[in-house]
Amino acid sequence: MIKKCDVVVIGGGPAGMAAALAADKKGAKVLLVERDGRLGGILNQCIHAGFGLHYFGEELTGPEYAHRFVLEVGKTDIEVLLNTMVLSLSDDRKLTALSPEFGLVHIEAGAVVLAMGCRERTAGAIALAGTRPAGIYTAGMAQKMCNVEGYLVGKRVVILGSGDIGLIMARRMTLEGAKVERVIELMPYSSGLKRNIVQCLEDFGIPIDYSHTVTRVVGKPRMEGLYYAPVGADRKPVLSEEKFIECDCLLLSVGLIPENDLLTDTSVEIASVTSGAVVDERRMTSVKGVFSCGNVLHVHDLVDNVSHEAETAGAAAADYAFGKYSPSAVRYRVNAGKGVRYALPQLLNAGEGEAEIFYRVDNVYRNPKIVVESGGKTLCSKKRPVLAPGEMEKVTLNLTSVTGDVTLRLEM
Amino acid sequence: MKTICINCPLGCPLEITEHDGQITVKGNTCNRGRDYGISEYTRPVRTVTTLVRSTDGRVFSVKTSAPVPKDRVFDILERMREIVVPADSAIGDTAEENALGLSVDIIVTGVPAPRQ
Repeated sequence: MIKKCDVVVIGGGPAGMAAALAADKKGAKVLLVERDGRLGGILNQCIHAGFGLHYFGEELTGPEYAHRFVLEVGKTDIEVLLNTMVLSLSDDRKLTALSPEFGLVHIEAGAVVLAMGCRERTAGAIALAGTRPAGIYTAGMAQKMCNVEGYLVGKRVVILGSGDIGLIMARRMTLEGAKVERVIELMPYSSGLKRNIVQCLEDFGIPIDYSHTVTRVVGKPRMEGLYYAPVGADRKPVLSEEKFIECDCLLLSVGLIPENDLLTDTSVEIASVTSGAVVDERRMTSVKGVFSCGNVLHVHDLVDNVSHEAETAGAAAADYAFGKYSPSAVRYRVNAGKGVRYALPQLLNAGEGEAEIFYRVDNVYRNPKIVVESGGKTLCSKKRPVLAPGEMEKVTLNLTSVTGDVTLRLEM
Repeated sequence: MKTICINCPLGCPLEITEHDGQITVKGNTCNRGRDYGISEYTRPVRTVTTLVRSTDGRVFSVKTSAPVPKDRVFDILERMREIVVPADSAIGDTAEENALGLSVDIIVTGVPAPRQ
């Protein structure tokens, strides 16, 4: 069958729902496609509190945050296809999807919003050494098994990586009766939020070893323990200082990868640092009419930022479908300079109004100055007490003052 | 007592001491750090989230309606584990009122995915 719509949104998590609602508000006919049996995405398995402080001004759990958007979607004419997997996407915004209800569905859309989220790096992706026993999970997988299916995946647990999901799972496993032995982090700092270090580790006396890594896993068919060691300045383990811990479970919280596999047959330009699309301030990719938002664009630390970004993308997609948005002839590049790992959006349309530039730094810096330059002028120079890679930052620019390519850099 | 301030990425290492009823916070950079240090010293509280079973054996997620004293977290978890909610419970339902007399309710926050 063929479905035609103004805006098709791929993915029904927090980004997809907010984008669909924003497009609907602009009067667009919206189709929202989700591969799971319900909307909400990863929020459904994040039963801890701490969501919505910025967006709703109150502290909610993940399922509650998702539920608010599900209720809003239910009040609109947005058509939702559940259990439906998008199989292909082309530059001319034609999609194929597989649905249990309609079989093979051909979708023709005025604009496309990518909101597929991200997936976790696995044991294979980090070339984890040793045997391959039962008991090794990515932190998010363990979270799903615990919070959605009701299974505890281990009793004596070690966590590799201090990303937020790993820290959250250290607390979850402890509360459900497991003993979390320690968290091992390759870098000299945590990639997670400070709040999670305190409330998930310190509250329960769970130690964290910075500048350490797991050197090998032992046990077959079940995990019996692992070896770990400090790393040198080159981040290679110092094997002479290797130590052993007995444990039956290893959780990996070693990074997230935007799930952009669907873009293989398109000419959407991908940024190598974020593994997401290169976008302008309205979140349009290098392919006209294709927009991107949420964790498929770049990995966020707060869902509140995802919702805001997705509203920008959804509204812009509706405008594009109605012929009300086209990129300006003059576009400026936004570059990451010294100390800045990436800045997003990577493109700015010449024009009026304000644009928010989000950025992450590449190390922990104390008392740096974030400097934004364009066309030989300094647009903004702000002193900050501290900047860390785990916390996304932003600066707001007045577009009329942007007269050339923009560079964000740190000054010590 | 030693802790880390969570108000901003700076993460000041705080040292909180008490002399003759006067609480002193050291290591903070700003007033928010001082206030956080005092509340963590005098009355640390945490919102507790966990899972409960339903009458048909599925899992529902729940939370305390307000933060509880940190030293009662494991007591309240034990109480929450005994709760069995009706199979048709919805988000926002109260699973138990005034749990352990701590003036907090246990609220349903999430329901299982619909059966395929």
